[in-house]
Amino acid sequence: MITSSSLLIKRQRRQKIGFVALGTLTFLTVLPILLILGYIIYQGAPAFSWEFISASPSNGMKDGGILPAIVGTIYLTIGTAIFSVPLGIGAAIYLSEYAPDNRVTRLIRIAIINLAGIPSVVYGLFGLGIFVLFLNFGTSILASSMTLAIMTLPVIITTTEEALRSVPQSFRLISVSLGGTKWQTIRKVVLPQALPGILTGVILGLERAAGETAPILFTGAAFFLPQLPNSPMDATMALPYHLYVISTQVPGMPIEIQYGTALVLLIFVLGMNLTATLIRYRARSKRQW
Amino acid sequence: MNKTSAKIDFFITVLIKVSGYSAIFFVVIIFYFLLSQGLPALNNVPLSSLFSDRWYPIENYFGLLPLISGSVIVTIAATLIAVPMGVGTAIFIGEIVPRWVRELLKPLIEILAGLPSVVLGFLGIVVLSPMLRNTLNLPTGLSAFTGALLLAAISLPTIVSVAEDALDAVPKSYRDAALALGATRWETIWTVTLPAAQSGVLTAVMLGVARSIGETMTVMMVTGNAPVLLDSLGVFFSPVRTMTATIAAEMGEVATGSDHYNVLFFIGIVLFIITLIVNVTASSVVYRRGQKRSEKLLS
Repeated sequence: MITSSSLLIKRQRRQKIGFVALGTLTFLTVLPILLILGYIIYQGAPAFSWEFISASPSNGMKDGGILPAIVGTIYLTIGTAIFSVPLGIGAAIYLSEYAPDNRVTRLIRIAIINLAGIPSVVYGLFGLGIFVLFLNFGTSILASSMTLAIMTLPVIITTTEEALRSVPQSFRLISVSLGGTKWQTIRKVVLPQALPGILTGVILGLERAAGETAPILFTGAAFFLPQLPNSPMDATMALPYHLYVISTQVPGMPIEIQYGTALVLLIFVLGMNLTATLIRYRARSKRQW
Repeated sequence: MNKTSAKIDFFITVLIKVSGYSAIFFVVIIFYFLLSQGLPALNNVPLSSLFSDRWYPIENYFGLLPLISGSVIVTIAATLIAVPMGVGTAIFIGEIVPRWVRELLKPLIEILAGLPSVVLGFLGIVVLSPMLRNTLNLPTGLSAFTGALLLAAISLPTIVSVAEDALDAVPKSYRDAALALGATRWETIWTVTLPAAQSGVLTAVMLGVARSIGETMTVMMVTGNAPVLLDSLGVFFSPVRTMTATIAAEMGEVATGSDHYNVLFFIGIVLFIITLIVNVTASSVVYRRGQKRSEKLLS
């Protein structure tokens, strides 16, 4: 018995060591995230002022604010939403409510996985080839938005489909048994129930679009523009591209402005992330089924 | 059902069907455009030039090998860092800690997934690379190693969340059986849970790799952008350049339709095919696993 209990102690000690090791790995994974957030807030806060977010850059971007970049990112996000939200939700409705279990459906799923995996810079190439050159949109908000829209499509489709599928089948049966058509059932029963989940997915998809640089690099991003874009056919400044420009292309750029820009981009993106999380959380706690 | 609502139903069904098929359409048209702009490179640039070790487009040297080796070295190094950390973290938050700790850590890791890559690249330039240069006493901090560290951070959230899902999908009864036989929780994790989840964990690793190969802005900003062929391990601490960074850095300045333009699209084709293979294989691994489980349930 003594040997078996000492063996047990040994095994438990091994478990303890293992748990500590994995805990350390987790700590090493999580700590940099907190450091990154904390450091950017700490360094960026001094540059953050009303002028910084409401004025245009001046003096070769070394003074003033970053308003055109903020507005540009908002335009691009809205433009992306206009194309990707209806298409993405439509595709998700098809996959969840209509698609038969056959080869074509499987092909659609493979295509979605593939779209999700295409490198962002390849989307940039594609956008340049088709929207900027072939369709002759030029480098514009329109071309960038469409490129970003195709890139965000897989996120929106996958999350929306999941939200639609989580609506219990009995809801649909009741609606149909009361004489509702398939579309009436989807519009009046399934979509409203799945709405929070859909919103979460849409926001997460757009968050990705808002933070991307490579797809807009050759499709619509501008180095510097003295005034705000007037139409979807204009090129635009954008926060991620602006951060890239001022941290690599402009020598002697004051470091506070760089950190300030990073902070504004972070607030923009994490604000969307937080909104999505809150919607998901509220919907989960309110759900009756 | 009256006539108008039948008509609306029909019309909407068509619209929904079209959007459902749109994913296939986009993949096809993306590939078509890459081919139409990239394949002329094979015609106009001699193969011996494409497979040489010199990338110097101004003088018509289009050797892809330095770019491929640049991509490969940062991706492998990033994967070697990210896999133990990612799978370890997934095991820790999925199997070991209480639920509330898990609910606290998961959103935090999702924040990392949401960080724009340009922000990580920026921090790489202003914080990480000076730090590495000083501590390791290197001539420059902009190196493959710096890129690999940041790529690891970028692929970590993918690896953690997919691996954790895989662990989560292992039936509780498996663990209970092992524990009832007297195994410790640690032994249960290694001998039962992890082997049962291995295909999902493999998927996590592959998706992480795909994420690393395709990442653009971060590597462009921190790897120093020197197209050098990897011939010794010392290169690891010197500047390299990846395929993605080359496209991003040079596409803005080339003349449409020039050889250089076509070669950059050709690199796009290579990236498209690599990520296609990795992603489709990764997802088919999951698919097989799902099938196996349903077979088990039926028997």
